Amino acid sequence: MITVTHYLVVSAVLFTMGVLGIFMNRKNLIVILMAIELILLAVNLNLVAFSSFLGDLVGQVFAMFVLTVAAGEAAIGLAILVIYFRGRGTISVDDVNRMKG
Amino acid sequence: MIQLLAFYLFAAVVVVSGAMTILSRNPVHSVLWLILAFFNAAGLMVLAGAEFIAMLLVIVYVGAVAVLFLFVVMMLDIDFAELRAGVMRYAAVGLLLALALVAEIVIAVGAWQAGGLELGRRIAPVDASVPNIEAIGRLLYTRYLFAFEAAGLVLLVAMIGAIVLSYRQRSDVRPQNVNRQISRRAADAVRNTNPTVGQGVEL
Repeated sequence: MITVTHYLVVSAVLFTMGVLGIFMNRKNLIVILMAIELILLAVNLNLVAFSSFLGDLVGQVFAMFVLTVAAGEAAIGLAILVIYFRGRGTISVDDVNRMKG
Repeated sequence: MIQLLAFYLFAAVVVVSGAMTILSRNPVHSVLWLILAFFNAAGLMVLAGAEFIAMLLVIVYVGAVAVLFLFVVMMLDIDFAELRAGVMRYAAVGLLLALALVAEIVIAVGAWQAGGLELGRRIAPVDASVPNIEAIGRLLYTRYLFAFEAAGLVLLVAMIGAIVLSYRQRSDVRPQNVNRQISRRAADAVRNTNPTVGQGVEL
């Protein structure tokens, strides 16, 4: 019998892997964006699992909103990446110092 | 039994492809592993009885977002070998952080299972006689109508933002000038003359 804990373990592993991906690929901005997508996928899996096992549909509606924001974030992030590459010729995170932050 | 088998299959493939997404050397392979992870996560959601979100995941993530990633990875001319250089330098810090995160999650789940958490009444209880998609549609277009509209607005702003950010004016080509085309009137462009024979018109 599949329980909610099964789903929680899978999504916890996926979430941790996303965070690890951000730290391991410190130079490659594209892989960092993909790791963020993995994190959001883990969150959605959690929402759907709880929604299904608690018998409340609101979790699935909320997962849809998370999906919307993730799509917008990917579009804007990749657009910024493209114009950044056009201006600097690199996407290395270490070189992002134009604003002297 | 077959459900458990399917769950373990999907879960194993999700975890492996998630790991390959962050570990593969070539970003194109990363995107392809990400697509596999999305497909199998959609399978997990179907197992949980959420068909609508599973279909949305396949259509929106695999059909749009992952292909967007693929396009950007292929269009940019980047030396990816150079970007891989510092991976091992940060791996120790990353692993430490990941371990801390896992410990926090374990503690949180332990606290949750210790009980004492009152969840209260269900906001939208699942009705077994209504299909999942229909139930979500009913909920989305009644109780969450304004949130749904706001989500549409978020997508519109993201679309306009992406277009504005990546649009560039190039001087070495002659693109269509829509403003000039629209503002051109017949009165400015057409001239009726009545020249005498043999004289022609002055251009």
